[in-house]
Amino acid sequence: MIEVRQLHKRFGKVEAVSDVSFTAPDGSITGLLGPNGAGKSTTLRMLYTVLRPDAGTARIDGLDVVDNALAVRRRIGVLPHATGLYPNLSGRANIRYYGKLHGLRGTELERRVDELIAELGIGDYAGRRAKGYSQGQRTRIALARALVHTPANVILDEPSSGLDVMATRALRDQVRGLRDGGCCVLFSSHVMQEVAALCDNIIIIGNGRVVASGTPDALREESGRDDLEDAFVSLLAQAEAL
Amino acid sequence: MGGLITVCLKEIVDNFHDRRTLLWSLLFGPLFGPVLFAVMVGIVIDRTLDSAEEQLQLPVLGSEHAPNLAAFLEAHRIDIVAAPADPEQAVRDGDEDLVLAITPAFGERFIAGQPAPVQLYVDQSDSHAAATIARVRGLLQAYGARIGAMRLQSRGINPIAAQAVLVETVDVSTPTGRSVVLLGMMTYFILFSMLIGGMYLAIDATAGERERGSLEALLTAPVTRTSLILGKIAATCFYMLVSLTITVGVFTLMLQFVPLERLGMNTEFTVGSAFATIGVMAPFILVGAGMMTVIASFTRSYKEAQTWISAVLFIPTLPILFAAIQSLRPSLQLMAVPSLSQHLLVTEIIKNTPIDAGWVAISVISTALFGAALIYAATLLYKREALLG
Repeated sequence: MIEVRQLHKRFGKVEAVSDVSFTAPDGSITGLLGPNGAGKSTTLRMLYTVLRPDAGTARIDGLDVVDNALAVRRRIGVLPHATGLYPNLSGRANIRYYGKLHGLRGTELERRVDELIAELGIGDYAGRRAKGYSQGQRTRIALARALVHTPANVILDEPSSGLDVMATRALRDQVRGLRDGGCCVLFSSHVMQEVAALCDNIIIIGNGRVVASGTPDALREESGRDDLEDAFVSLLAQAEAL
Repeated sequence: MGGLITVCLKEIVDNFHDRRTLLWSLLFGPLFGPVLFAVMVGIVIDRTLDSAEEQLQLPVLGSEHAPNLAAFLEAHRIDIVAAPADPEQAVRDGDEDLVLAITPAFGERFIAGQPAPVQLYVDQSDSHAAATIARVRGLLQAYGARIGAMRLQSRGINPIAAQAVLVETVDVSTPTGRSVVLLGMMTYFILFSMLIGGMYLAIDATAGERERGSLEALLTAPVTRTSLILGKIAATCFYMLVSLTITVGVFTLMLQFVPLERLGMNTEFTVGSAFATIGVMAPFILVGAGMMTVIASFTRSYKEAQTWISAVLFIPTLPILFAAIQSLRPSLQLMAVPSLSQHLLVTEIIKNTPIDAGWVAISVISTALFGAALIYAATLLYKREALLG
């Protein structure tokens, strides 16, 4: 479970996140939706402990992201926007490295890596060097890397960017699988359709603030629009007007 | 600690898989220095020895005015050849190393028992000709001394009377002492290839990781940033140590073939000397790894880091150049200067001089402390939020 209370983050004069609060419960998919530069990535970066909030708190399974950063990292699996792999290592070695960083060793590690390779269907190329991977292949290896320690919370920053239709569909199935396994999944996107297709809860962010939140149906109702994209645009426009 | 070791091992393996980089940093780098060194030493030896032994072609203007002198020179392995009409211009243009001009007045004054003038056209700034000039000048003086002695004798005076002072030069340099200037270059090459050995990893593990987009994910692993950067620095140190060992090994082999003994040098660079060299140089690995990681941590891209490090790589070699130019002798104070102390100690090892253990201790401690300070700076840089760029 991820609980965020009044997060603030400023870079010099730019207020990237001014007031973000939400809760992402276990066993559900929460989507962070907003236009480019709305503060989605900055919010997620604070959650996965690479940035420190200027104010406000964020807790993951009750652990504060600042005070208990290492414990938090053990409970989260992260797919950052940049899914860089080590090009000289095979996909398998890339995944194995993260397993080791998470303290997995020996047969336990190998079993988990095999399991992920089977689950994500990456067996065809996991033995090859990552240098020649396509974007879709890279993303899947990066996802396996994020899941190697079976985290209870999964944070994905625009996971489908650069993926083709088939790869996107496969990714969605995996995300649903995680939810069905009881995970708390939080992911960001600027693509309305994707959020609509996948999320149980949507949090709309604009200019570093939460503009609206709720289930897709609740959002349609709040904005008075049937189409979710229209609802998104209209809610954002209302927020801008304020 | 587990995280540190995991990171270190991964970086070692990762770098090992990058064959082209590996080939350059661990093969060409360590080989280049010793080979270049051997070639340079060979050239120096050829130049000094050959000019003393070979038959010399000496352009002489007006040799007909001094047939006796000409015969003396020819008896001392000098071929007298026709001189250019304008000897001054010929030497200035570099067409001739030197020209001897015997004036028409030579014979007249010689017979009259007065100093008979000859002119030697030389370019003192031409180091290549220095040995030849010294040889010809020495022969002319020897000829003058011989004639002078004969004149004194003919006047019934013992030539010894003209020699008021007898100068005897006592050369105290050990045979190996002479090799020091040449072998001083060796520490320079060792230091350089050691730094090159770790350079790619230092860049790749920091600036490269950020540029590739793999850094952000790494920072979400449950390992402190200090452990991450220390693991990377440890891997850099490992490759620097490998590079150091290879370079010293190649040098040790090479020194068995370089004909240094032709210069009267004792080249007993044994396996023991090799180990001592590695031991003395090793603390500098910390300085090099710390320095390169600090630079790579604040630069924005791989390319920028590479440019900066290539420029900064010269800094540790500056004290060595300074020492070579000033011909500094090792002293207690100098042992506190990283890179300079390594240079001076390795030079002592080459000379087979017994080394004061206290000096080694100061060198090791001061260098290690400086390295630790740089590594600490690297950990601070790695903790910055701006690291992600």
